[in-house]
Amino acid sequence: MLRDLAFSLEPGSFTCLIGPSGSGKTTTLRILLGLDTDFVGSVALPGHDARIAAVFQEPRLLPWRTVEQNVRLALPDGVTPDLDGLFDALGLSDVRDNFPGELSLGLARRVALARAFAIDPDVLLLDEPFVSLDEATAQRLRGLLETLWLKRGVTVLMVTHNLREAARLADRLVLMAGQPAHIVGEEEIDLARGARDRDAVEARLNRIMQRHPETVRI
Amino acid sequence: MTGGGLPLSAVPPHTTRRRGTAGGRRRGTRLPLGLFSLAGALALWALAAHLADDATVPTPLDVAAFMVREAASGELFLHLGITLARVAAAFTLSMLIGTGVGLLMGQNRTADRGLDPWLILLINLPALVLIVLCYIWIGLTEAAAITAVALNKIPNVVITLREGARALDPGLSEMARVYRFSRARRVRDVILPQLQPYLAAASRSGLALIWKIVLVVELIGRSNGVGFQIHLYFQFFDVTAILGYALAFVAVMLAIEYALVQPLEKRVSRWRIRPA
Repeated sequence: MLRDLAFSLEPGSFTCLIGPSGSGKTTTLRILLGLDTDFVGSVALPGHDARIAAVFQEPRLLPWRTVEQNVRLALPDGVTPDLDGLFDALGLSDVRDNFPGELSLGLARRVALARAFAIDPDVLLLDEPFVSLDEATAQRLRGLLETLWLKRGVTVLMVTHNLREAARLADRLVLMAGQPAHIVGEEEIDLARGARDRDAVEARLNRIMQRHPETVRI
Repeated sequence: MTGGGLPLSAVPPHTTRRRGTAGGRRRGTRLPLGLFSLAGALALWALAAHLADDATVPTPLDVAAFMVREAASGELFLHLGITLARVAAAFTLSMLIGTGVGLLMGQNRTADRGLDPWLILLINLPALVLIVLCYIWIGLTEAAAITAVALNKIPNVVITLREGARALDPGLSEMARVYRFSRARRVRDVILPQLQPYLAAASRSGLALIWKIVLVVELIGRSNGVGFQIHLYFQFFDVTAILGYALAFVAVMLAIEYALVQPLEKRVSRWRIRPA
């Protein structure tokens, strides 16, 4: 499924993995998470006990535990984050005693984000965390992700097929395509974060599209 | 739960509690209805006994009087206690072994294929055959009695828990791995809650099945317990006593169901919004 796939992540950077459906993006994440062991190659993590957090495509919360318990259960020993502040930032303060079944998908996704941030990870892997949300909610959550990332300096790798989302959030895009999939290109997004309005992002995407017409479509 | 039809997204945080009390009220209205139908059944029984006018059809009052007499002499509690102890022992044994084997078979294809013929054999072997064989091979002992009962129940537990193990959500297991849940946390917070409905189903049908088989075991090869008493009174054709002992034990099982099983179940499944 994958071949000759090699990339590294700058500490504290925000990278997006882009590619058409079935191009092995999720598989790449699963390999990094140690959930897929059927591959030849190596994964080098920063340091021996680097903390990795993941946000899956589905929230994957324990339905029989409350929102707060779901977040607390993921905490490693000795990590005591400011949960009040985190829940506040993600707009979860009112639902921390609710069970996941009582939440909308958007709220459940936020809990999954809260869980990932609560463990104060070195690396955060996200697999299309905002799909099937209405655009307004997705937009708000992207903003929250960006704020939390800026505040904590975590290394982020996000899988997405939403190019605009990628261009808005990432420092770098890694483009995957082919069968078996490999990396067909890398693009730096060197726009200042304050200057990523719609027109600037569109113009940047057009340039990328011209260079990789077979991989990138908007 | 059609009554609690609040739109989910609009429900404030304290929903669970409110739903809880609504459920309580609902149960409250169900109880008198259950009592009425019970009273109706007793009335019907009394009428039938009156019409039959025969020693083999005692009235409810006769049976109640027998139970009081037997309780006063201590006999009733002695035999109830012994039977209950056997039920508890066989139940614990079969739940432990059945759960272990069921989980193994549900998670491991090789184990499933290897053990499946045994399972089919055991579940199709008549209870009586197992009991008789146990008594012959192990001897007329307590161990034989409990082994026989457990062997009758284990295949049901295995089949139920195998389904439970197959239905475990791999997504949650992966989440637990990524977030490095400890083994204890994985069992307590991820696995057991998923198995809970299967464990509950196995224990429910288990208790009912086990006490029936315990009676047969006592009838054949023990000299005490409810089964033995029924055997004894059968020789005198004393239906009053037979019904007295049977009903006393049913009452014990009802008490276990309402005082233990249901509150426990309610507690562990309070996160469910609506019954499945």
